[in-house]
Amino acid sequence: MSASATPTFPPHLLDFQDWSRPQIESLLETARMMQEVLARPVKKVPALTGFTVATVFFEPSTRTRISFELAARRMSADVVSFSGAMSSTTKGETYRDTLRTLEQLGIDAYIIRADAAGVCHQAYRWLGKPVLNAGDGWRAHPTQALLDAFTLLQSLGSLEGRKIAIVGDILHSRVARSNAELLPLLGAAVVACGPATLLPASLPGARLTTDLREALEDADAVMVLRLQKERMDKGLLPSLPEYIAAYQVTQARLGWAKPQAPLLHPGPMNRDVELEGILAEAPQSLVERQVANGQAVRMAVLYHLLVGRKRSEG
Amino acid sequence: MEKKLTFKSKLLNEDEVRRALTRIAHEVIEKNKGTQGLCFVGIHTRGISLARRLVELVERFEGKCLPMGILDITLYRDDLTEIGLQPKVRETRIPFDLNGKAVVLVDDVLYTGRTARAALDALIDLGRPSRIYLAVLVDRGHRELPIRADFVGKNLPTARSEVVKVKTQEDDGEDAVELWEVEV
Repeated sequence: MSASATPTFPPHLLDFQDWSRPQIESLLETARMMQEVLARPVKKVPALTGFTVATVFFEPSTRTRISFELAARRMSADVVSFSGAMSSTTKGETYRDTLRTLEQLGIDAYIIRADAAGVCHQAYRWLGKPVLNAGDGWRAHPTQALLDAFTLLQSLGSLEGRKIAIVGDILHSRVARSNAELLPLLGAAVVACGPATLLPASLPGARLTTDLREALEDADAVMVLRLQKERMDKGLLPSLPEYIAAYQVTQARLGWAKPQAPLLHPGPMNRDVELEGILAEAPQSLVERQVANGQAVRMAVLYHLLVGRKRSEG
Repeated sequence: MEKKLTFKSKLLNEDEVRRALTRIAHEVIEKNKGTQGLCFVGIHTRGISLARRLVELVERFEGKCLPMGILDITLYRDDLTEIGLQPKVRETRIPFDLNGKAVVLVDDVLYTGRTARAALDALIDLGRPSRIYLAVLVDRGHRELPIRADFVGKNLPTARSEVVKVKTQEDDGEDAVELWEVEV
């Protein structure tokens, strides 16, 4: 079996700062392989037999957790779930004590989601075991960006020189941050667009604009982010109708982008808020494919963190 | 990390490969007492081409086109941590019901037996055949598991430092079995 030109992998997926283009491409190639497994009548292989994976969610999330757990189970890993919202953290236990407790159970890899940025980095330092960031604060959500890249590549072939518009609440979005980090690694130019109050001061990897038309014009793909209605309470938006009037991605406005430009949304979706409802079922909408691809991408990441990086250890 | 190989000799030529496969096809029919319930499953990559040949030969001898499937065993291997970074997972497609069938599993070379072991697991995940035979073009020895082939094209004693390459018309443009030496 030749593995000559394949790169080595970092022992974690916290964000993309330690990742290079060949590494990402190799990871996405594995995801393509995993899709093959998911197309089989028996969608289970013994690749991760004997490994135990913990999903540690200090912030509630059902879909991401299910996607990760299924990904691990499809490869025969054992899975335990810790959910902070219903567990000891509400009783005052610290992140560290929770993770130390799990460590005693012989966990081989941790999939962590937290409301605070940096928890996953810290967890990797504490545990010294593969850590997979399933979303930390506003900072990063790398597997979402990977599945977005995977979905875009399926549809566009290559991201080289492509213009990808991200529209919505950029400021509070870890999805936007991770995509701004990842997509340029694959050659794309990212433009992030939203009202000034929902844009960060800067977003490494992306150009920022408040002009929706400028963002969408000639875009090869459009990614729409959820507008959290609670932002209104903090006075970041004057009113929902005003946001809709200026920033909702509608069929008409999508006409500014390239013909049949794929449309992505990380979910959950507020129909008729950030996106004109009917667009979710439009032919260019890849929303459902994103969910399916999420599983293959997460299988690939787990595979590489647990078995497919032996060469990097010599 | 690509191993350097040098060519040593040609072990079987086109005619010899054809004769070996012809004999295996006859043996399979004989052992199964006809074609009843018989099917072939080829293991990626060369096993698929060889299984296809066997299906054609059986059709020629018995006038019956038997079902054939293809099997990828990559993620069933017990040495995934050894094979490095990029797993090569290919299609598994068994377009018929395996339950109650007599399956002839086809691979090019039988060596340590680990591929055959993985293939048995992969196959059994998909159904319950009434029996599974193993057919290989070359048995080169050095088994690490208690596995043997039911049908063997050629037994070739080899050294571990050698590599047996099976070439097929479909995959390599010619039918041959070659012996190569790993350069130290």
